[in-house]
Amino acid sequence: MESTVLTQRFPALKLLASTDMATFEVPTTDLLAVVQFLRDQEGFDLLADLCGIDWPERQPRFGVVIHLLNTQKAQYVRLHVPAVNDSVPSIAALHPGANWHEREAYDMFGIQFAGHPDPRRILMWDSYPYHPLRKEFPLAGIEVPLPAADVAEVTGQGVEPAPMMGGPFVSDGGKMSEGEPSGRDQSWTEKHPKR
Amino acid sequence: MKITKEISLGDVAARAEELRGENMTLNMGPSHPATHGVLRLSLELDGDKVVKCDPVIGYLHRGDEKIAENMTYNQFVPYTDRLDYLAPLANNVAYAIAVEKLANLKLPARAEAIRVLCCEMARVSSHLLGLGVYAMDTGAWTVFMYTFNEREKLYSLFEELTGARFTTSYTRIGGVTRDLPEGWLAKVSAFCDGVERTIDEVDKLLTRNGIFLERTEGIAPISKELALAYGLTGPNLRASGVPFDLRKDKPYSGYEQYEFDVPVGTKGDCFDRYLVRMEELRQSVRIIRQVVKTMPGGLWYADDAKKIFLPPKAKVLTKMEELIQNFMLVTEGPQIPAGEVYFEAENPKGALGFYVVSNGGGVPYRLRIRGPSFVSLSILPAIVPGNFLTDIASILGSLDFVMGECDR
Repeated sequence: MESTVLTQRFPALKLLASTDMATFEVPTTDLLAVVQFLRDQEGFDLLADLCGIDWPERQPRFGVVIHLLNTQKAQYVRLHVPAVNDSVPSIAALHPGANWHEREAYDMFGIQFAGHPDPRRILMWDSYPYHPLRKEFPLAGIEVPLPAADVAEVTGQGVEPAPMMGGPFVSDGGKMSEGEPSGRDQSWTEKHPKR
Repeated sequence: MKITKEISLGDVAARAEELRGENMTLNMGPSHPATHGVLRLSLELDGDKVVKCDPVIGYLHRGDEKIAENMTYNQFVPYTDRLDYLAPLANNVAYAIAVEKLANLKLPARAEAIRVLCCEMARVSSHLLGLGVYAMDTGAWTVFMYTFNEREKLYSLFEELTGARFTTSYTRIGGVTRDLPEGWLAKVSAFCDGVERTIDEVDKLLTRNGIFLERTEGIAPISKELALAYGLTGPNLRASGVPFDLRKDKPYSGYEQYEFDVPVGTKGDCFDRYLVRMEELRQSVRIIRQVVKTMPGGLWYADDAKKIFLPPKAKVLTKMEELIQNFMLVTEGPQIPAGEVYFEAENPKGALGFYVVSNGGGVPYRLRIRGPSFVSLSILPAIVPGNFLTDIASILGSLDFVMGECDR
């Protein structure tokens, strides 16, 4: 597929520089039309992947990245969709396989998918209050009450402690050589257990 | 006095509405032998027929994508072992190639050939287990013994190559951890002879087996259109009649040098998925033989990638420059330029994809894992309803999924 085919038809699309495949930034308003055009006219018949991404310093903060595959020509295309007001239209009607991917993106980032047939969490349990792949979410996790109240009543433990001490080799994004490769949460060690 | 009561079938049919009971909700799993791990199917049953199927996943969620953002590229290799833990070598290779693509790194021929060998051996190992448990779930217990026997031999070969039977962690960004052991290729050849005999035996046990045919033929057919719509990949897609194989259509790691056929099904039912995997086993053995025959000499890592691959140990202990290089690599990780890449490899379960976003440096900004098992399971609500409860064992076995990769 020539990248001009898409940008001519949808002038709001922006061609982004990329080394491995044609990459476009697609506004949420055009997403459904673009995906349908790619599927029906250009042969991108298989949804390879759909995932969320978090850019805390950008506006809008969240984005959805879609990879489509043309099984006839073995060609990929990548669509970046910035989530305006944390919401993106669902493409599950065009690619039913997007259903679970979108549920996961909602679960991990809190991105809403407008028109999704089944907007539930998928990997975490339904009452889980956080979105763990957001950048501000700590690696060691945040303690939340067990989902099963009856179990908590019997065991006497409302919270299950995370089975690690601040996580494995943790980097805070800076140079790792400037810090010891060890658990970040120093307040919680073998000598000073949590709580 | 003799009391007889006649029940005519015609009457029952006429009274169907009156005789209809309530639908039953049944949880299959999370701990059920046919779910191969911790998958829960929330089923709605009308008698023995499934009306609705809602898979509940996440019991094995470890947060691999979060963990990846907090460690260097090489530290994440052991985590890839635990995605599809039935083919860890293939995961290692897929991950390494994805990051190398981002670094625009070209590997020597020997490194690529070793990786192809690893991938195909992993495929044989995964399919052997997949077929064994599939047969066991449908009542043919013996097959499992045959295939597991061969798989053990394969694991001994993995142990000799990588130091571990199961969690191999064999690749590093820019190459593999160590060269092939001496005399190892001859053992691989010997293994190929043995496994071919086993495949023939399994073929004789299953392919014309009346019970197995009854339980798989015509069960849960997936049409070409449905398979594409749900994004199925790998053997499951090919069984539905789509001749798409990343090794052929988008070759990586030098797959284009080897001759092999891509088996394609026609009906996409459980039996077709079995046939495709059987033939893939034979084709994998064919590839392994070619790699063994044409194994090139040279280095097993990219020598010019000073900021990515660790220098040889002997040099680290004797030379200053290599010592510094070693220290920087271990503490800061392989230096990967900024950018994004999406790479899919043809793994035993389907296309395993890695979407890597880098801001430069040794830690990925975002690492997304596209697990083929996750996608294969997402089709269950579409194909399970209408089948009998007992067919679920066949359907799950034929889809050949693994929860480590589905839940990540």
